[in-house]
Amino acid sequence: MREVLKILEQDARTSPAQIAAMTGLAEDEVRRLIAEWERSGVIRRYKTVVDWERFGEEKVYAYIDVSVAPERGAGFDDVASRIYRYPEVRSVMLVSGGHDLRVVVEGAGIKEVANFVAEKLAPLDRVTATNTHFLLKRYKDDGDIFVESDSDHRLMVAP
Amino acid sequence: MKPLNQVVSATPPSGIRRLFDIASQMQDVISLGVGEPDFVTPWRIREAAIYALERGYTTYTSNAGLLELREAVCSLQRALYGVEYDPQQETLITVGVSEGLDLALRAIVNPGDEVILLEPCYVSYQPNILFAGGTPVPVASRAEEGFRLRPEAVEAAVTPRTKAIMLCYPNNPTGATQSRVDLQAVVDIAVKHDLYLISDEIYDRLTYVGRHTCVASLEGARERTVLLNGFSKAYAMTGWRIAYACAPRPIAALMTKIHQYTMLCAPHIAQRAALEATLNGENDVREMVADYDRRRRFFVRGLNAIGLDCVEPTGAFYAFPSVRRTGLTSEQFAERLLQEERVAVVPGNAFGASGEGCVRCSYATSMAQLEEALARMRRFMERNRVFAEQEAKATTG
Repeated sequence: MREVLKILEQDARTSPAQIAAMTGLAEDEVRRLIAEWERSGVIRRYKTVVDWERFGEEKVYAYIDVSVAPERGAGFDDVASRIYRYPEVRSVMLVSGGHDLRVVVEGAGIKEVANFVAEKLAPLDRVTATNTHFLLKRYKDDGDIFVESDSDHRLMVAP
Repeated sequence: MKPLNQVVSATPPSGIRRLFDIASQMQDVISLGVGEPDFVTPWRIREAAIYALERGYTTYTSNAGLLELREAVCSLQRALYGVEYDPQQETLITVGVSEGLDLALRAIVNPGDEVILLEPCYVSYQPNILFAGGTPVPVASRAEEGFRLRPEAVEAAVTPRTKAIMLCYPNNPTGATQSRVDLQAVVDIAVKHDLYLISDEIYDRLTYVGRHTCVASLEGARERTVLLNGFSKAYAMTGWRIAYACAPRPIAALMTKIHQYTMLCAPHIAQRAALEATLNGENDVREMVADYDRRRRFFVRGLNAIGLDCVEPTGAFYAFPSVRRTGLTSEQFAERLLQEERVAVVPGNAFGASGEGCVRCSYATSMAQLEEALARMRRFMERNRVFAEQEAKATTG
C-alpha cells in the first residue's frame, strides 16, 4: 500500500494499470486506494515540477526568516495563517533556532518581493524582525536536482 | 612462432560479444542486455572515495585487504545469514567476484578434476574451470520447472573425479532463487561425496520473494564452501571491481597465496568506498531493491502478456523468457529483435546449452525504457508469432 504512494510520489502520471503491474495489486484495488487517499487527504493533489528558468521565465524567490513575539494562547498559528494566505507565499514553516517562521515568497522581480516584505510582512502585528535571503541558484529542490543529471555510461551489452 | 596456450586458444569467445558489436553500431537501441545496475553508485559511497583520495589513501593495503573492511563484511554476513568467518584468517578482499571465482577454482582444482556447474549460468564459469585445468560438467535446469535446482541430476553427474559444485543463486541469467530444502540437498550431496562448494552470492540482496539462503549457513556446508560476494550489484558498484571471499582457513590460505602473487591487493580507494557501503549503505540498498522489484513485476507481466512466456524471476534483475512461440532460436530471436525493433537482449545459449530457447532481459533500466521496449517487443511478437503459428499449421496440415 505504501508502495503505491511511493510510486505516485515519484511520478504522479503512473497509471493504475502500471501501478498494479509494479506492485502485484489488482488494478481495482489500486484505484480504490487512490480514491480513498484523495478523499482522506493523504494525497493532497497532483502537480508538475517545472523548471521555469529553462522555460525562459525569470522568477525571484526569497527565503525570509521572520521573528514573531508569540502571544499567550495563540502561539504562532495566527501570525502564520495571516502570512500563508497570500498567494505569493509558497511556504510557511515554524522552525527552531534564531527565528520563528521561515517563509518562502515568489515574485516576478526583486522589487515585487521587497515590496511584499516591506508592506505586508514586516508591519504585521507581533512580527518583530525579518531577514530576507534571495535565491541565487537552485541546485536541488524538494528532491529534484535542477542542474546536471547523471547519464548512463553502461556498455550496450554486458555479462 | 610456437603455438600459444592451447586451453585458452580452444576456449570460445563470449557469446555476448557478437551481439554487442552489432548493437554498438546502431542508433536508438534500447538495451536490455546490460548485466549491471542502472543506478550510479550512491553518493555517500562516491563521496567516501573522493575523501579517501584527498586523504592520500593511494598505497597498497595488506594482501587480504583492509582489516576494517574484512571485519565489516564478516559482521554483515553474520547479521544477514548468521554465518561466522574470521576476518583475519578466513576472509579476502578480491577484485570483483570474478577474481574470487578464479582464486577459488585454482585453489581447489587439480588437472583433470571435474567441476559441476548448474546451467544456465554466468558466462565466466566454464572458461574459469578450463583455465584452472578442470573439466566443466554442466547440469541443466529447465524453464518448465522454473529453473529449479535438481539435486537428483546433480548427484547423477557426480563421478570419482568430481571435485566441486558451483552455485549461483539468485541466478544470472534466469533470476531464479532456490529453496532452502533443495540447496540443503545439494550440500548433502557434497558432504556425501566429499566435494567443495563454490557459491557465488553476488545477487543475494536482490531477492524479492522469500529470504536469501546463504549456502555456507546450511548444515555441513561451511567447512567445504567458498562464499563469494561483493559490492557490484547491491550497491551499484560494478566499475569499482571490489568483492570478497569467505572460506575455511585452508582454502582461504591458498586463495590468498594466489591473490598475493597475482593481484597483490584490491584497489585501495575501492576498498575505502566498499567500507562506507558496508557500514552506511543499507538504506540505499533497500531503496534500490524496492525499485527493481517494481520494475520486475511490471516487466514480467508485460512479457507474459505479449507471448514471451516467463517464469517469475524471484531474484537478481533478469527475466529469462522463452521465445519458443516465435519458432526462432535464441540467437535468431536476439538478432532479429535487434535489427527489426532495436531492442538488445542476450541469447540464452550464451549461458550454456540449456539456455537455448530463452533470452535474457535485464530490467535494470528506467520504467520509460522498459515500457518502450515492451511496445517494440509486442510489435515483433505480433509479426513473428503469426509466422510461427502459420509454420506450425503448414507442418501439421
